[in-house]
Amino acid sequence: MADPLLRLEDLRKHYGGLAVTDGVTLEVRPGEIHAVIGPNGAGKTTLIHEVSGLVAPDAGRILLAGRDITRLSAPARVRAGLARTFQITSVVPGFTALENVALAVQARTGSSFRFFRPAAAEPATNAAAMAALAEIGLADRAAIPAGALSHGEKRALELAIALATRPRLLLLDEPLAGAGPEETERLIALLARLRPAYTILLVEHDMQAVFALADRVSVLVYGRVIATGTVGEIRGNPEVRAAYLGEEEA
Amino acid sequence: MREAWAPLAVLAAFAAAPLIGYSGAYETTLMARAMILGMAAVALAFLVGGAGLVSLGHAACLGVGAYAVAILDAHGVTEAAVVLPAAIGAAALFALATGAVAIRTSGVHFIMITLAFGQMAFFTASSLAAYGGDDGYTLYGRTEVAGTRLLEDRLAFHYLCLAALTLTWASCAMLLASRFGRVLRAARENAQRVEAVGLAPYPFRLIAYAIAGAVGGLAGFLLANATEFVSPATLSWQRSGELLFMVILGGAGRLWGGILGALVFVMLETWLAQQTPHWKLVFGPMLVLAVLFLRGGLAGLVARRG
Repeated sequence: MADPLLRLEDLRKHYGGLAVTDGVTLEVRPGEIHAVIGPNGAGKTTLIHEVSGLVAPDAGRILLAGRDITRLSAPARVRAGLARTFQITSVVPGFTALENVALAVQARTGSSFRFFRPAAAEPATNAAAMAALAEIGLADRAAIPAGALSHGEKRALELAIALATRPRLLLLDEPLAGAGPEETERLIALLARLRPAYTILLVEHDMQAVFALADRVSVLVYGRVIATGTVGEIRGNPEVRAAYLGEEEA
Repeated sequence: MREAWAPLAVLAAFAAAPLIGYSGAYETTLMARAMILGMAAVALAFLVGGAGLVSLGHAACLGVGAYAVAILDAHGVTEAAVVLPAAIGAAALFALATGAVAIRTSGVHFIMITLAFGQMAFFTASSLAAYGGDDGYTLYGRTEVAGTRLLEDRLAFHYLCLAALTLTWASCAMLLASRFGRVLRAARENAQRVEAVGLAPYPFRLIAYAIAGAVGGLAGFLLANATEFVSPATLSWQRSGELLFMVILGGAGRLWGGILGALVFVMLETWLAQQTPHWKLVFGPMLVLAVLFLRGGLAGLVARRG
């Protein structure tokens, strides 16, 4: 088996007396879509924040391709190859879709401490940004201000921005949150298209999406991983059914 | 740029004014004041509208530049080749040092910390007994350029101020359009997004703050020479507030709004003061109304018409 791309080792985080991340150990293998599911308050978003560097864990280690990134700042982790999207879509509303992606391209290509030439007139940057938009199916919306895009388009744009950083691992925090049924289908199809090219750690509420996309699933309950396995294994796991799936159906 | 004509028209008006009769001491003094404050306001608009850094201590940079002129004058140094870089450098260093602390905060905290640093500079200036203390310091003459008294010439000084203002505006516009400026603009709207593409906003903001400080130093150098007098009032927080108001009146979203805001502010202030000794009673409400009803400021109004 290949070495894991991402490895969380006994990660812990307490808020007062509440253990939000309670000894999480988890591996994401290269090329897989690994979903983290769990009931509300299970600590899924905190876990994503710890991996992306927005929340510092109290204990434990985070390894990206064997390199300890536990103490790196969030921007430094992005430069190390870890891109993320947010549960509440995060774009620059006043920028066009293209400039949103161009910002990510310029962060990756050369210094951003350039003061003289107009950034909008860099052909290579714009071409790379356009390619990322095309990959996500937003090429015809390139000139629209991001704030004027529909919810689903903003989601896709955020994904294009993440892809433009050329990540080794994509962290997706509930990419389907707030999307209508049609948008959900489109986004699932989009994520399925990305599958061959990217390794993805996905936190998602939508079971239909998780079972359609994920290679493996980890179930998080009260900050602990109670099971990890293939979709079939997780579906058949009685403990998971009791803790989570049953609850959903009730 | 559809509205590029508007700032150029304002600058051209300043350029033409002395040629069409407005070349007396009174008019040129007034215009110099408008251009110098306009320069400081453009730098502040760069911070506020570009980087999202609402500073209430920008006058301190003006004051540091002005006091550099006064202090060097007191020690017999009046050559522009020394005084000008000293004024700009001192103001930039002041901005760098205070910005290093202030930029760690945001929102109201940033406003209060810049205000606090401004007041520290104010009280420091007030206690400089050797340079006039509270009473201020009268310059023996304007800064010399290569030993000549070029700046004493009314027209030369007018066009020097105009050149400095134009350079400030063009430089700030260039910076905002650059890669550096793109990061600033993105971080103003969504700092989280900037971090999520792998860039920390802090150093970008700090450099922007120091650049605005340097421009403030240049404006302070010119202000000291225009009035041939430097006093703590140059760094008062009221002056910072006025600059911020000029930016908002002119339109914080556009750099040249600073030029327009400063021009209108200076003209209105002067005209009202001639009408009535209670002019501030009229001026205050006018400012409030302008903020309430001029969204996008005067520049926004011009851009919509144009």
